Amino acid sequence: MTAQPVAEALDRALPGIVVMYNDEWVEVAADRVDEALRFLHDSDDFDAAQLSNLTAVDRYDHFEVVYHLQSLDLNHQIALKALLYEHEDPILPSAYAVYKGALLQEREVFDLMGIRFQDHPDMRRLFLWEGFPGHPLRKDWLAMVGPHTPGLARFPYENLDAPDRLMNADNLRHIEAGHAEIAHPDTGASGQTGQGH
Amino acid sequence: MTAASEPFILNIGPQHPSTHGVFRLRVVMDGEIIRDLDMIVGYLHRSMEKLAEERTYTQNIPFTDRADYLAAMTGNLGLALAVERMTGYEAPERAEYLRVIFSELQRIASHAMANGTLISDAGAWQTPLLYMFREREKILDLFEMTCGARLTTNYMRVGGVAFEPPAEFWPALQELLDELPDRTDEYAQLLIDNEIFLARTRNVGVISAEDAINGSLSGPALRGSGVPWDLRKAEPYCGYERFDFDIPVGKTGDVYDRFMVRMEEVKQSTRIIRQAVEQIPPGPHKNDVPLAIRPEPGEIYSRIESPRGEIGFYLVSDGTPAPYRFHLRSPALINLSLLRELGEGASLPDAVVTLGSIDIVLGEIDR
Amino acid sequence: MSDQPLAPPPPLAPPTAHRPATPMLQQIQDRPGVRDSLMGVPLPLKAAGAVVGLVTLALLAGVGFLVVDGRLEGQWYDVRDLGNATAGLRGWLQDEGVDHRIIWVILGTIGGIGILSVLGGWLLIGSWVERRVLAKFQIRSGPNRTGPFGLLQPIADAVKLMAKEIVIPRGADRFLYYIPPVLIFVPAMLGWGPVPWAERMTYLDIDVGVLYTIAISSIGVLAVFLAGWSSNNHYSLLGAMRTVAMMVSYEIPISLSLLSVVLLTQSMKLSEIVAFQDHYHVWLIVLIPFAAFAFLFSSTAEINRTPNDIGEAESEIVAGFYTEYSGMKAGLFMGVELGHAILVGALMSTFFLGGYTMFGLEEWIPGYLILATKIAAIYFLFVWLRGTLPRFRLDQLMGYAWKFLIPIGILQAFVVAIEASVFARSDAPALITLGAFAVVNLAITVVIVRFWADRLGYAPSQHATRPQLIADGTLGGLKAARKIREA
Repeated sequence: MTAQPVAEALDRALPGIVVMYNDEWVEVAADRVDEALRFLHDSDDFDAAQLSNLTAVDRYDHFEVVYHLQSLDLNHQIALKALLYEHEDPILPSAYAVYKGALLQEREVFDLMGIRFQDHPDMRRLFLWEGFPGHPLRKDWLAMVGPHTPGLARFPYENLDAPDRLMNADNLRHIEAGHAEIAHPDTGASGQTGQGH
Repeated sequence: MTAASEPFILNIGPQHPSTHGVFRLRVVMDGEIIRDLDMIVGYLHRSMEKLAEERTYTQNIPFTDRADYLAAMTGNLGLALAVERMTGYEAPERAEYLRVIFSELQRIASHAMANGTLISDAGAWQTPLLYMFREREKILDLFEMTCGARLTTNYMRVGGVAFEPPAEFWPALQELLDELPDRTDEYAQLLIDNEIFLARTRNVGVISAEDAINGSLSGPALRGSGVPWDLRKAEPYCGYERFDFDIPVGKTGDVYDRFMVRMEEVKQSTRIIRQAVEQIPPGPHKNDVPLAIRPEPGEIYSRIESPRGEIGFYLVSDGTPAPYRFHLRSPALINLSLLRELGEGASLPDAVVTLGSIDIVLGEIDR
Repeated sequence: MSDQPLAPPPPLAPPTAHRPATPMLQQIQDRPGVRDSLMGVPLPLKAAGAVVGLVTLALLAGVGFLVVDGRLEGQWYDVRDLGNATAGLRGWLQDEGVDHRIIWVILGTIGGIGILSVLGGWLLIGSWVERRVLAKFQIRSGPNRTGPFGLLQPIADAVKLMAKEIVIPRGADRFLYYIPPVLIFVPAMLGWGPVPWAERMTYLDIDVGVLYTIAISSIGVLAVFLAGWSSNNHYSLLGAMRTVAMMVSYEIPISLSLLSVVLLTQSMKLSEIVAFQDHYHVWLIVLIPFAAFAFLFSSTAEINRTPNDIGEAESEIVAGFYTEYSGMKAGLFMGVELGHAILVGALMSTFFLGGYTMFGLEEWIPGYLILATKIAAIYFLFVWLRGTLPRFRLDQLMGYAWKFLIPIGILQAFVVAIEASVFARSDAPALITLGAFAVVNLAITVVIVRFWADRLGYAPSQHATRPQLIADGTLGGLKAARKIREA
């Protein structure tokens, strides 16, 4: 369903919680995600009974945590987003109190993206072992040592200046910056930059 | 006088006959009763989502083979559909029918494996498993005829399917469709009313409809709890609305219901394939699509019904040929959300059977 | 971009001549069959085979003549009963004036070697038989690569097991760890003692044979428990716990069944139990069906076979009490399992299926072959069960023993006691009394089992149901689920 009625209802019930919305998703205040989820879960109009998918995206200057909720009875989907600008230790309220299905999905996000969820009953890494350096799905985690270069260097014939290339220029700079960092001749054995958080 | 005691901890896995892969359960036991359990996964983690960020959308299709390696066709289809929905490329009508035929064949093969291993977990010494492999082998033969691979098919492409099935595919498929109902009846005679099997699976691992929905369960695990939800009906893709089929749902949500839902889904898949074979139109099997697909910047969450449930792809594009973020919503992992609650208080054999009925594939859990 | 012509072949092409879909199927189709390999046998060999066959037939006819003539009866070369040969040897030794203790030792050794060779011969062939039969149940071939029909597979397995390193887990109690593989062989061998193979062919024909059997069979518990405890492994401990609990429980139904047998036949001597069945021309399974069933079922629990193999439930506790044993130590456990299976077959045949007798057929065919056939039939039943049935859970098995087998077993023993006293006092022909007992016991068993099953059996929620089929319309979540549930 379109995000507008969701945003309006959210704003009416919990004033100030909606940060912005467009056709596809509603962005809510990161520290109040659990309230928004609880409201949508309990509301009869939206009946967001199931947390279909929970994942996160690293946008360089912020993290985006995406919740795809769905109502089975009404057969619609709702996308919520929460933006986190903290890089070192991003933290977000857990959805587990509302959705038990968030248990493993939040652990996965914590493991691979490094976003902690407050009040999660079991906040441990899921796939990687405790003590693994960094969180691999972050864009600044460049652990590929050796001749492989990550990112767009895999497409040498890509014309970066092509006019149809609608790429975010900021992103490109970041990638190249990360790229330069890993290729730095002075750093010794480790090429990892993402560790430490 | 009291005797000193310590918790009896049993490590089930990562190498264990009934964990279906490299899955590990750390179980605290009190005699035969499980007091607590902790699942440890990641032994097969390949960081697929990170690797996918460096490959084009087409190059990512083989990753979906390796994720759910028992249902490669539906994994392929999920990604191909997600990219199609993102870019607006369309598959020709014949390709849609071929996609339906192959995903339903894959569903039969996967359910055969799931139910066979479930009964093996219940202690039947591999006989039902090998009987069910009989059909699975034939289906894998069909896959091999068509795309050269039995397991990692890499068959669905953006804008169609990779190959037209060869001429001998259709008679072989017809033969399989003719014998499938007899086979399912055979399993019914062997298993469905078997007292021991009933005693082992009835009222074991019960998931209520409320818990199933709240715990993000999907697929047969959700339908076994009585929730009539199937993405093939709810959000028809590839023209599933053209076909006449029913959704089986269980009553109590126990292991037996999940087993029976899978048995019935095999029959329904046979129905779908029959209709698809009758209706399939001539025409091209794929449209021309550039090798390096560049979707508009944006994002999409696209999902289909795999044999294990809702397999979803959350793709973020920044306009380059490679996805900026590639996330696979793994039904097998998320169906395990309730495992701890199910395990507590159960006995060890019950926990093993419950795990078998959820039907996990470690390639998809660990990704 | 398309690298193939876009015009596809017609979708439902008429079936062409069948050709295998894959290279592997082609290979399977091209594999030479048994008939093809028989075609290549040279003519002289065929002729030799025919001659051997004819000579064998002639010999058999000669033997048949001797039997009918009665000239064979009791001679030392009467191979229908190998006891004749040992009796002949004993007589010869006594005539020679050998001390009776030395005779005793010589004959004991010969008998022991006989029993051991039965057991050893079975170990040589048993695992092949089991795997081949099981494979037939599972639509596959089974071992067929080592030697003709894969017959050398057990030998290859044994060689492999002997060549393997024996790993002792850290923290194991080394002394106790060494004992169980040896100890568990003791009941498997000693149990054969009182089994009558033919009329005079019993190694240990003692008066308390039934008691001896029960006593010997409980030694196995000790070995299992030692194995599980000394391995320092939680799987082993769980397996040992389960096996011990189960063996202790299931010894009671076994004893109750044998109590019925003893009451009816008025003897604890196994040869006399067989003689009873031979004399009245009736198998005890007909007279006391419930005891026979309880004995067979409890025996599968005692020897860890499906559906009661929870002691080494592969899908739960890997290999149970012998998880930590490797090499030939594990091989001994597996071999003992095979040995136990045929021992149970022999006891079951002796107690309930007429032993070495077969309604007069033992006059013609050696009794030990008849017994072997019965053992094979029961073993086939075991393999059949293994290939068909899932496994019970521990609590279900214990409940089955304590709530079902034991109460009904006690009742059965009570009824049989009355019948036995009637049988001893009545002057009516045995056909009438025993026939009446058979009918009465069957009726009582059916009624009691039905009654008990209704009281203790499954609740309706445990019955088989079919999933409900939902067409379009009622798709949805919790509300739809509730609607379906209420409908």
